[in-house]
Parts: sequence; C-alpha cells; structure tokens
Amino acid sequence: MNIIVCAKQVVDISEMKIDASTNKPILTGLDKKVNEIDKNAVEEAIKIKDKHGGKITVVTVGEADAKERMKEMLAMGADEGIIITPHDNMDYASLTTILAKAINKIDAYDIVLCGEASTDMFSGQVGPRLAGILNIPQITYVQKIQAESDKITAERNIGDTIISMESTYPVLLTVTKEINEPRLPSLMQILAAANKPIQDWTLESLDVSVEPKIDSIDLQGISMERKNIIYKDDSDESIQKLVDNLAKDGVLR
Amino acid sequence: MIVLVYSENKNVGFELIAKAKDLSKDIIAVVIGEKNENIAKEYVTYGADKVIVVKTSLDSYKAEEYADIFKEIVSDVNADTILIGSDKNGKELASRLAGMLDAGCVIDAVKVYEKEGKLTAERVVYSGNAIAVEQFRQKPAIITIPSKVFDPLEQDDTRKGEIIKKDIEVKQSASKIINISETKSDGVNVEDAEIIVSCGRGFKNKDDIKYASELADVLKGKTVGCSRPIAADLKWLPDEHWIGLSGHKVKPQLYIAAGISGQIQHIAGMRDSGVVVAINKDPEALIFNSADYGIVGDLYSVLPKLTDALKKKMG
Repeated sequence: MNIIVCAKQVVDISEMKIDASTNKPILTGLDKKVNEIDKNAVEEAIKIKDKHGGKITVVTVGEADAKERMKEMLAMGADEGIIITPHDNMDYASLTTILAKAINKIDAYDIVLCGEASTDMFSGQVGPRLAGILNIPQITYVQKIQAESDKITAERNIGDTIISMESTYPVLLTVTKEINEPRLPSLMQILAAANKPIQDWTLESLDVSVEPKIDSIDLQGISMERKNIIYKDDSDESIQKLVDNLAKDGVLR
Repeated sequence: MIVLVYSENKNVGFELIAKAKDLSKDIIAVVIGEKNENIAKEYVTYGADKVIVVKTSLDSYKAEEYADIFKEIVSDVNADTILIGSDKNGKELASRLAGMLDAGCVIDAVKVYEKEGKLTAERVVYSGNAIAVEQFRQKPAIITIPSKVFDPLEQDDTRKGEIIKKDIEVKQSASKIINISETKSDGVNVEDAEIIVSCGRGFKNKDDIKYASELADVLKGKTVGCSRPIAADLKWLPDEHWIGLSGHKVKPQLYIAAGISGQIQHIAGMRDSGVVVAINKDPEALIFNSADYGIVGDLYSVLPKLTDALKKKMG
C-alpha cells in the first residue's frame, strides 16, 4: 500500500501577539511545528502500513526550515520526505497544483492522507481540492478508517451525522484529530530517522508554473478587549460581587 | 456578474440569496433533485429570480458527483461567482469544485464585497486572532459562507421567479455510502443561545455536568456548551454542545466557562460573546485572559454557590 501524506509546517499561534501600532499579527520569531492534525494523518498512515506493508511518503510545500518538522514525521514512521520550495504569494490553487504534480511524480499511490485543515488558516481546502485535481474520490472529516486490500471504509463525521463510506483505490481522505493519538517517537527512532531520505524539489524540477487566483491583500489583528476582573478566591463575597456586576451589565433577566 | 447560490440547508440558502442580491442583479439559486422542487419555490419567495432544479438520478450527496454537476452548471450559465453554504459538505464540495476549475476559493467568509472592481472576501484566521482579506484575480470565484452571517430577506409570497428544470447526469463515483447514522442529539442549538454555561476538562465525571445545567436553568438560558475534550474525546455531550474552532461558533450575551482552560481553538468559538465569566482553579488558566470576570476556584464549590446567589438575586 503506497500512502502519501500531505503535511504543513505552521507557526505556533498560541504565542502569537498583535502589534498594537499596526494592528497586525506578529508572525516572525514564532516557533514552528507540524500542523497537529497532519500528525494524525501520519499516524493513520503508519497503522495502515503496519497492516498492509508498503511505503509512506510525506510531501510538504515549505521553506528550508521545514526539514526539522519533516524529520519528526520520519521518526514517527514515515519512510521518505519531499520538501518543495514555494514561491512567494502562494494561494490554495497554486499550492494544490504543485502538490498534485508532485504526487503524480511519486510512484503509483493508493491513498493520499491529509489533515482536515491546518491550525493556522483552518480552511480545509487542500484535501478536497487535490482530490478534484487528481480526479479521485474523496472522503473528508474522517474519524475512523478500515483499510482492506481492495477497498477502504471510512466514517465521516459531519456534525449531526456520521456517514460510512467505501471506496476503491486510489482515494484521498482527510482525517480529524479524533481519529487517533499520534505517537511520540523514541530516541532510537529519532536517531534512525536521520538516515531516511529527504528530497528537495523545486517548482522548476517539477516543471510546474503557477499563477495565483487570489491575492491576500491584508491581514488585520483582532484584539479582544475584556475587563479581566478576576476574583482570586471563591468566597461568598467574591461570588456576590460577580453576581452584582452581571446584574449591572444587564445580562441577568 | 452571475452569482450561483447553493446550500444543503435551505435556511442558509435564504441568507446566501440575500447576500448574492447585494452583489449582483443576476442570481441563480440551485436545488438538486426534483424532490426538492418545493424548496425552489421557497427560494423565489426569499428573493431568487431564477432557480435551477437539477433533475438527477442521484439520491444522496457525494462530493465527486455534486462537484461534477456544479462544473456543468457553472460552464452552462457562465457563472462568475458561486456562493455555497459552509457546512462540512459545502466546504468539501466548494474546494473540490475549485480544484477542478482551477479557481480561487475562500472558505468561511464573513464579509463579501467588491473593492476596486474585484470580488473580495474576509475570513477569520489564526484561531480567531486575525482577519485575512482575500481578493479574487479572476472568475469563477468560489466562496463558502457559514450560517447566520447574513440576514435573509423578508419572505414575500408575491415575489415571482423562474424555475428551470435541468437534466444533468454525471459519472458515478467510485465511492459509495454504506451507512448514515445520526450522532446523538438532544436538539440543543448553541449558536442561537443567549446564555451559555460551558464545561471543560475541569469536570471529573459525566454526571457532574448537572452543576452546569442547574446554573444554566437559573439563568433561564438552559443551554450547556462544552469544549473539545468533553464532546470529541470523552463524548459526555453530543457535538451540538461543542464550542470552538471545529465545533460551533457562538455569540451569547453571557458566556460562563467552567473548568475550561481556554485553548485558542475554544476561544475562537466564543470570542464574540457579550460578557464572559471564567471559573477555573488554575489562576494561570488562559481563559482568564479572555474573560470579563473570573473566579479562581474549584468549579465544584463555585457553581453551586453561584447558582444559589443568582437564584436569590433573580428572585
């Protein structure tokens, strides 16, 4: 079973601050990490490989520093990494055109796995867009997968409904955080991952040229102004003050 | 500009029709399946001048097949803009269609307008900490819009519109649906609630959620929400209660977060609340940064006390 996982390097937004003078998020200097939901995709790929054998290739479009994140996924159990250096001004159309080109260049594949979305942008476009370009079935928001040799069954959770779907290969699935608990690689695995291949590809080597369909023209910070009146204890007096304040704010009716 | 409108949920359809009319005079709503022809008539009363009813042998939604249908409609009517309701099926449909058409696509837009002659959409990014302004370079432009972002027009039975039936048969997908089951639901709607008491990992047992419901009852809100672990991991409450980035986005007048640490994904779901109260025994809990009022204390002692104090206050 040949599995391709699409992963993304994201900034750690829990540390993100808004620049008060420009009202823009400060994105430089933030730690980078593997998009958490993509790790769920890697974990699921490993489970499928454990059962059926095969190869797991992780593809990412990212800057040179994505290599550290790639090593993490190789340590988890992926076999090979491919990092494609992007151009500036990449929209989803460009990104998925490049990924599709890369996927077609990799050996014949059975399954493409993606996270349902990335924690920074949370669009969830990449998976279904790719499936559209590759012209293969898609099963999104998957919380459970059962892979057999000739078909795959997966449960989509779309909120009020769970839909069990079945598909032949090749197929693209996007997974949610609930599907599994990504493993933490052992020290041995981390060391062994150093010998696993990471290929650097460029748009030129892929022979793909892209033209964005969308320009991001602005990014505005949202500041959340709250009163932040915190009572340090749960005495009756503190509770009474809280109740009085809520009454004054007009939310008790 | 020709604007296509589609949503699996007709109420969202009404909202999208209102937004589409704001963008263009030339709008076409789409309904799939002849069994939904009555919805087409409703769309007319909500302002659609044209509705395409797709006649098809498909009996249920599948992204591959619906995207093929839309590809055909888009090229048939030469659509410039496609507005789709932003539920999970809507998002995957819009994205797949965008991939097939090599078109720009903005998911979960909260504002859509023309700027310098170009269609522009705004969406919330970085877990609710920023707004990205995205501008389309070319058509077709695909945009998904969540429910309740725009108000529908008043229904008016005297409105007239053209209902066009259209046969579209598409290639059958290699995937198939083998079962559909409802997730357990108790009919709660956190998105419309005016007062929400929400529980997080600070709750030790499923039964203890009663402390949150009792408080909610006193507040006449009766609505209990929760953070991701309670719904998704522990499954103590159905997904309808889940508030956060991948759950529901709420804007009650009063939001009480008990035993919720305040991960940004949760904040993204409740940041538009009016007054926010946080109860947490950890004085460093992130939730306090996003609260108007906070009580540092054990929810097991705070919730009953607060319930009593509110009972007295409200008579």
